[in-house]
Amino acid sequence: MSLNTTLIRSLKAPPRPVWEEPPSRAGLTAKGGLLLLCCLGVLGPLWIVVVTSLSPKPVIDQVGGLVVIPRGITFVNYTELLGGGQVSRAIMVSVGVTFFGTLFSMAVSVLGAYGLSRPGSLGHRYLLMTIMATMFFGAGLIPTYLLVQALGLTDTYLSLILPSAVSVFNILVLRAFFMGISPELTESARIDGAGELRILLTIVMPLSRAVIAVISLFYAVGYWSAWFNASIYLTDQEMLPLQNVLIQLVQKGTEAPTGLQQAVHTGELSSLGLQMAVMVLALVPVAVASPFVQRHFKKGMLTGAIKG
Amino acid sequence: MSLTTGSRPDGTRPPAAVEEPAAAGAAAEATKGRAPRGTGKAGKVPFRVRWHRDRALILMTLPLIALLLVFHYVPLLGNVIAFQEYDPYIAGNGITAIFHSPWAGLEQVERMVEDPLFWDATQNTLVLFGIQLVLFFPVPIALALLINSVIRPRVRAVAQAIMYLPHFFSWVLVITIFQQIFGGAGIIAQTLESHGWSGFDLMTNADLFKWLVTAEAVWKDAGWGIIVFLAALSAVSTDLYEAAAMDGAGRWRRMWHVTLPALRPVIALLLVLRVGDALSVGFEQFLLQRDAVGAGASEVLDTYVWNMGIQNGDFSYAAAVGLVKGLIGVALVLGANKFAHLLGEQGVYKK
Repeated sequence: MSLNTTLIRSLKAPPRPVWEEPPSRAGLTAKGGLLLLCCLGVLGPLWIVVVTSLSPKPVIDQVGGLVVIPRGITFVNYTELLGGGQVSRAIMVSVGVTFFGTLFSMAVSVLGAYGLSRPGSLGHRYLLMTIMATMFFGAGLIPTYLLVQALGLTDTYLSLILPSAVSVFNILVLRAFFMGISPELTESARIDGAGELRILLTIVMPLSRAVIAVISLFYAVGYWSAWFNASIYLTDQEMLPLQNVLIQLVQKGTEAPTGLQQAVHTGELSSLGLQMAVMVLALVPVAVASPFVQRHFKKGMLTGAIKG
Repeated sequence: MSLTTGSRPDGTRPPAAVEEPAAAGAAAEATKGRAPRGTGKAGKVPFRVRWHRDRALILMTLPLIALLLVFHYVPLLGNVIAFQEYDPYIAGNGITAIFHSPWAGLEQVERMVEDPLFWDATQNTLVLFGIQLVLFFPVPIALALLINSVIRPRVRAVAQAIMYLPHFFSWVLVITIFQQIFGGAGIIAQTLESHGWSGFDLMTNADLFKWLVTAEAVWKDAGWGIIVFLAALSAVSTDLYEAAAMDGAGRWRRMWHVTLPALRPVIALLLVLRVGDALSVGFEQFLLQRDAVGAGASEVLDTYVWNMGIQNGDFSYAAAVGLVKGLIGVALVLGANKFAHLLGEQGVYKK
């Protein structure tokens, strides 16, 4: 009962400002229609991809392509893909690179941002300049490629992590947030004899949970979505991450992932259904993760935009 | 600034430069060789003291500095191969080969100027930049105004959550989704075929390619772009709206005279950033669709560098193209920022 009333109250619009006239019916309809159109434009394609990946082969064959209205849901595409073979391996690679890459990027970024968060500390100006200058002038693709080769990183997973491990913009956002933490807090800890690392771990980081979550998501999405480094630094097919497998499947016109080609040729599985299932596997992690940190976006982006 | 450096004790030692008046000031004066009270300038504190005080902070930035030195500054120096006849196999590895490759002066740049393919790529890049500026740039502003006019918080939150989503999808996913809808075997072609039409394939149509990539970019990033505008809008004082309403301004006039002026600095800033990035219209997006529509329509400067360097192994030439592109990019940022100052806006950095 009381739950019901609170629900209804929360759905009611907040009071309008006194000077604002109530909206006309036509205006409301137009506005709502536009918003609905935008949202359908995003969700529609995703719906079609998901439904096709869940459809059995006869349905896909009957429609002659993508399925819009679900009939006879089946998980056979997913169980086949995840039961070992090329896609399972690629998912493991992507998850591993994303996990360790994000951990590494965050460690370097948080340490660096904290180290730079006190104006006037020794070398502060020079260190900051060294970092900011990289935003204006990129090193270029070719010299980076030659360097990674010369360092012997080709065909190692390090080549997917190290060359693009840190984003200076992310570091400036973190730094701006750290600088906003009241100095009295860190000072009292310093008087009690805490070192900088300890202050960072026990005071600054717990206070910055929101911005750390947002930046971690940015890094993680970056690693999860990356395919270019893998395409130029990895020659071993077995090492390729999920995005690159998806490119081979859809862009290069390969029918089915290695290991499932037989099943496609004998007509047990639909190649389109399999491809759509790989798509879903690639987009689910980001689609699930982003809403959780969404409420922090604005705050995080703002601190970066104003002070960065 | 001086507060953070001056008033921070370092545990074992007396405060290096104390700003607090009276009692603390006397202590500072008593300590020989310390900065006089009130200046608090970091430069007045002896180096040894500052090192002892700040070494932990410096150590913390070292991993970051090391990464940038190795993967940013070293490759930056590697651009010297643009002035060489670089041969990666002349010595031990790709780096030592730089020291053994013969110099070629500005030969690569001359080659570039005479290369019609380079000019084709430049033309594609600039045309795409123009289209993006006209068709992409205003979309987030319009969307932000639309969302901002919705009063119900729940509707706002849901609409925003949905519009942000595509930003987090990789280009591979976005292009695949478009392919499944507008491609030769896509859902539109399917529907048309079942009604007796045929031959619809937007994904391989070189003439429509520039509109296609703009549509992809809008789908992926327009929703994300509204964040910064919404933030600027939420900072507008309601008093302004109220005053305008008192003066008889209607809905549209309030938008024109209150809302849009509030967005002006943000729009100017983003415009400066965009113009500074004019030569980078996107890389992955074009590389992924290069095979489908051909190099003629999809080659931009970034993919040209990739093709000449990594595909053809013409490293010196590709590095020269990349270097020139980078230099023009820096000039564009500085120029656009100057222009913003002339218009009375703040731009990226202050005067």
